[in-house]
Amino acid sequence: MGNFLVWVVWFVAAFACLGSAAAVVSFANPFYSALALIGNLGSLAVLYLLLSAEFVAAAQVLVYAGAVMVMFLFVIAYLGRHADAPWAGGPSWQALGAVAAAGALMVEIVVVVGLKASGRLAKAPDVGVAFGSPSEIGRVFLSDHLLAFEITSIVLLAAAVGGVVLGSQAHEDEPKPSSGSAAGTRAK
Amino acid sequence: MTGPNLTWYLAVSAFLFAIGALGVMLRRSPLIVLLSIEIMLNGANLALITFSRNHADMSGQIFALAVMAVAASEVVVGLGLIVAVHRRRLELDVDKLSTLRG
Repeated sequence: MGNFLVWVVWFVAAFACLGSAAAVVSFANPFYSALALIGNLGSLAVLYLLLSAEFVAAAQVLVYAGAVMVMFLFVIAYLGRHADAPWAGGPSWQALGAVAAAGALMVEIVVVVGLKASGRLAKAPDVGVAFGSPSEIGRVFLSDHLLAFEITSIVLLAAAVGGVVLGSQAHEDEPKPSSGSAAGTRAK
Repeated sequence: MTGPNLTWYLAVSAFLFAIGALGVMLRRSPLIVLLSIEIMLNGANLALITFSRNHADMSGQIFALAVMAVAASEVVVGLGLIVAVHRRRLELDVDKLSTLRG
């Protein structure tokens, strides 16, 4: 019975995940795409829970589906109708090439993973309750992977500084209503 | 372990990565390109967590958390660029943003 329930949850989460990913790519309106991505991230969090990665699932919902997507939705709402671009560009053979390349990429992934790991994937080892819990994640993060932790903080700092710089420069470059300043920004 | 084999999780992860790559190659709106990159990163994250479960080793989950931090940084810079492009009154279309001149 428990096994059956896990299968049902897996099916619902996996198909919601793939369906919403296809919706992100196919919606014409970026706002709907961003909403579909929230569904995608939420169903991925369910898959993470099934893989006993509780802390990563919580971080996924909080950081990704919460903070990052709110920022996306703010920017899309700020851009308004300017956010709409034509669905796809170029001649139709370009779209066909894109589909073929994506399919080839998927086949490559499946073949490589199947060749290298198919024998080991059949049985998953039993893990304790502590596997993936916040305390264990914190212990591993701050002992074995301390360098990764510090580098992550530097990356986040660089991104914050970069966001501020990009935002303030964009403000300076904004074309002024007066006639002379437009030429000034061009020359700069 | 009850429930589906770990191979099924990897299949979902490969599908997600391919769908994201298709979006990056096909769509013209830079916003949707960014969203598709998020899908690709999440496909990679699912593979990392699946292999972490397969090896009963939490290093994969640590890697997934680091990928999340990088993805958040990438969104900040990408959205900053999109807003900067919009403020210069340029059209938001990756096919037309083909020069690096100001």
